[in-house]
Amino acid sequence: MAETSEGEAPKRIPFMQRLLDNPFLLLFLGVTVPTVLYLLWGVMELSQIPVAR
Amino acid sequence: MAAVATGASGLAALAARFRTCPITGLKIEAAAETLIKANAVAAVVFLAIGGALGLLVALTRWQAVHLLGPDTFYLVLTAHGINALLLWVIFFEVAVLYFASAVVLNCRLATPQLAWVAFLLMVLGSLTVNWAVLQGDSSVMFTSYVPMQASPLFYLGLILFAVGALIAVLIFFGTLVIAREEKTFEGSVPLVTFGAIAAAVIAVFTIASGAIILVPTFLWSLGYVRHIDSIMYKLVWWGMGHSSQQINVAAHVAVWYLIAAVVLGAKPISEKVGRIAFLFYLVFLPIAAAHHMLVEPGLSAEWKVFNTSYAMYLAVLGSMIHGMAVPGAIEAAQRARGYTNGVFEWLRKAPWDNPAFSGMFLSLVLFGFLGGISGVVLGAEQLNIMMHNTLYVPGHFHGTVVAGTTLAFMAVTYLVLPVIFRREVMFPKLARWQPWLFGIGVAGTSLFMLGAGTLGVSRRHWDITFADAPLGFEYPPTAFLMLGLNGIFAILAAVGGALYIVITGASVLFGARVGPEGPKTPITAAPAAAGVVGRYGSAGTLHLPGTYVLVAVFFVSFVLYYFVNWRYLSELWPMG
Repeated sequence: MAETSEGEAPKRIPFMQRLLDNPFLLLFLGVTVPTVLYLLWGVMELSQIPVAR
Repeated sequence: MAAVATGASGLAALAARFRTCPITGLKIEAAAETLIKANAVAAVVFLAIGGALGLLVALTRWQAVHLLGPDTFYLVLTAHGINALLLWVIFFEVAVLYFASAVVLNCRLATPQLAWVAFLLMVLGSLTVNWAVLQGDSSVMFTSYVPMQASPLFYLGLILFAVGALIAVLIFFGTLVIAREEKTFEGSVPLVTFGAIAAAVIAVFTIASGAIILVPTFLWSLGYVRHIDSIMYKLVWWGMGHSSQQINVAAHVAVWYLIAAVVLGAKPISEKVGRIAFLFYLVFLPIAAAHHMLVEPGLSAEWKVFNTSYAMYLAVLGSMIHGMAVPGAIEAAQRARGYTNGVFEWLRKAPWDNPAFSGMFLSLVLFGFLGGISGVVLGAEQLNIMMHNTLYVPGHFHGTVVAGTTLAFMAVTYLVLPVIFRREVMFPKLARWQPWLFGIGVAGTSLFMLGAGTLGVSRRHWDITFADAPLGFEYPPTAFLMLGLNGIFAILAAVGGALYIVITGASVLFGARVGPEGPKTPITAAPAAAGVVGRYGSAGTLHLPGTYVLVAVFFVSFVLYYFVNWRYLSELWPMG
């Protein structure tokens, strides 16, 4: 929350700025997206290949 | 009263741990400074080893020289990959993370004792993996694809190194928390620190992928696990192997902004847009690993096309934003200093005799034209079929990791020496030449490997004449020419690399100390403005005609090269 002087309405910080100012939210996004799109999706597809007999 | 006295003495003790840098005005904590030095020195040692081994590889692939025998070749190739692609860059990146957090944000480093544990684990891991490779039974190359099996020490060394690196990354995040809690900066973090955050986030995904695949592979090498599926290994391994190079990209782009800020007082054209570009990196760049899986059976076209031709291109968009934003920041700073004549006076009168600047600008150009464009070509599924597992792939990553990252890290070393080591750069005339020699050498190796790869020459191949193979194959004579030119330019790059090692080593050991008045050879063209590196803020101008021309040249080259490759593809399977 931005600091305000008395009598002023609090400044609204835009959503993107709040997102980009939070390194742990960025960490969550940066680990989750490639994990889901690259690793989990890839592992799910590979695990469906039938085992050769 | 006693509590007040204790509090005052505590503050005084805390203040005594900091010094003010005469060049940048930043406050530097002693513990952070020592750890940056330790990691940077370790990085340079492994660069020296990895670089020398790289020359041996190039001289072997130069068919007329063919220096090493087959067994030694694969051992040397493995050690070259581990030392140059992993150890050198990650040690240096830890130094960059500590600099971008503790130094740029004027705060103390979180848990310095733990940072030493991280450093020692990384050193122990590095020595272990090198020892394992030198024994000769772990010549599995950097990728260590199963079912090839290395000795358990090989995997153990990599795991120890990764654990150390993960601790260092967590310390970086801890330092960000300290800086915010202790209010050592106002508002948002500056772009250099934001770029380091992107690098750190990618590092966490990289190390997690490494843990998922290397721990079971280690147990497999010990006999506790019976089987590792080769394609599953490849998928998860590239989550680590390719993403580790994406840490480099985010880190070296942060370094470009840092050098532009310190040398010229350049502010980003737009902090907001720069941050969005780094956001594209940290979310989508690791997914580019998928281009290594484009010819694998078992993965659907949807997985391949989404991860490369959609998600990866958002990361490419991030690179193109930075590719415009960095020269734009330089142009804005130069124009503000009065270099306003014509389109390119700002560039002609840039501080080209400062190796930090020339190395950074070369890194920017070579990364974009060689590493960037070739990466997009490799990421297109249709074009990938022509270059997959050919020398095109090393040509691409020598354009990104060597011409881009290594050259940028070399460039920033010329700032780190006076700012952190507090030493004058020795042999300043040689230092002016060093980035050019290395940059031109590496550009040549990258270009000629790309050329050889386009002609179909395999990567990691000891003898492309197939001298004693039962089934022969003849490459066109141009392929041999490409490998010869690659060897010649590798020698040039090795000379540039050796100069870097000599200059940095001599400066650290024997360089004159930098006094409170700053270095004798000024490293900043705008001394009073160097402190912008630690502040959030934009240049506030879009009057950048020179940058627009440079960007137009890049786009025209990009489009032409892209379509030339589609033309090659149309000739791959002649019809009729």
